[in-house]
Amino acid sequence: MLVLTILKILSVVVIVLIGVAYFTLAERKIMGTIQRRKGPNVVGFQGLLQPLADGLKLFVKESILPSNANKTLFILAPMLTFGLSLIGWVVIPFGESLVLADINVGILYLLAVSALGVYGIILAGWSSNSKYAFLGALRSAAQMVSYEVSIGFILITVVLCSGSFNLSSIVLAQEKVWFCVPHLPMFVLFFISALAETNRHPFDLPEAEAELVSGYNVEYSAMGFALFFLGEYANMLLMSALTAILFLGGWLPLLDIFPFTIIPNSVWFGLKIGGFVVLFIVMRACLPRFRYDQLMSLGWKVFLPFSLGWLILTASVLMSFNWLPN
Amino acid sequence: MPSLFYEEYFPVWIALFVSIFLSIIIFTLSYILAIQNPDTEKLSSYECGFDPYEDARNTFDIRFYLVAILFIIFDLEAVFFFPWAISLSHITSWGFWTMIDFIIELALGFFYAWKIGALEWE
Repeated sequence: MLVLTILKILSVVVIVLIGVAYFTLAERKIMGTIQRRKGPNVVGFQGLLQPLADGLKLFVKESILPSNANKTLFILAPMLTFGLSLIGWVVIPFGESLVLADINVGILYLLAVSALGVYGIILAGWSSNSKYAFLGALRSAAQMVSYEVSIGFILITVVLCSGSFNLSSIVLAQEKVWFCVPHLPMFVLFFISALAETNRHPFDLPEAEAELVSGYNVEYSAMGFALFFLGEYANMLLMSALTAILFLGGWLPLLDIFPFTIIPNSVWFGLKIGGFVVLFIVMRACLPRFRYDQLMSLGWKVFLPFSLGWLILTASVLMSFNWLPN
Repeated sequence: MPSLFYEEYFPVWIALFVSIFLSIIIFTLSYILAIQNPDTEKLSSYECGFDPYEDARNTFDIRFYLVAILFIIFDLEAVFFFPWAISLSHITSWGFWTMIDFIIELALGFFYAWKIGALEWE
């Protein structure tokens, strides 16, 4: 039982890490295409082995521990970020009953894991003892907690409509209609909040190159940097998967009729995640960076009241038409 | 409850240990295998063109602190919403209107924070 569970978890971890590797390659290729370049095309066929070469390079680089850093916390921070980005995946259903831990509070678990992610960044920024890292970490933490509030309200809206915290039940509740149809504004809001939560363009203030060099991970090199990098990209994949589960019906096919049902469920799930990944990359290539005050006022003055209002509206409609799931 | 520990949450615990183990292994292996050749300049903090100050932990803007406090309030509010959302069909309209009252009071607090400029960044 123990060995089997470890093997299952390792298989998910390997898939996530390979996904992350090819996320970075897709990012460089797509951004290259948008800017009319070729992108990496030397290592392997058309650059397909580029992420492996990058990983190997980072692995054999020297790990620098700055002399005035707090060494223990400095080493702990990237491990925490990386570990947290992996444990979120145990509750994600990849298909019908294709899930590692089918716990009945899956959404709360994911909320807890994503909230803990702030600690890795704060630890990194504080323990580096460098101005740029410190400012980057502060900005990043403030931004992540601000958008977490509206993410919480959006999750509650979905829970109201599905009547369960279990992610598989939420997917099954969308068999008739995906939640992105009645909750289209919340779908858009959730995706934008996911961009802000993962410190991604156009909300990448923490690593604004022109002012903060690279933000909280400026002092990191070699594997410390690689762990942060893997953690961030695995978090983006996790948020894409969560968006697909909450609003696009997870593993459900587009329509429950003949040509769509041939494709296996997990492939549908992968396609949806892939769609969000492309969206993440195109957002990065197309949009200019926000100012910090714009970012905070968008989070607190627009997203928070709007998601709260939508929550009340949903609850009222469900109550008055007696449509509540039991 | 032992049954919950061994059944539903078992993979979660194992995943926790696997991810901790994996990150320690990756970091230590790289540290051992790569050639370490540190010197004073290499180990000093990053700075553009001059020696970095001793300690970088300066004072920072009070607004970050305000945001943290506001986050605690609103995230607690969200936590109250979760059990309500799941049991709304059982607690009927009484529970519904109680929550509406709770929201109105919190909205008053929110608009107060807005009014005194706690959400402003310049």
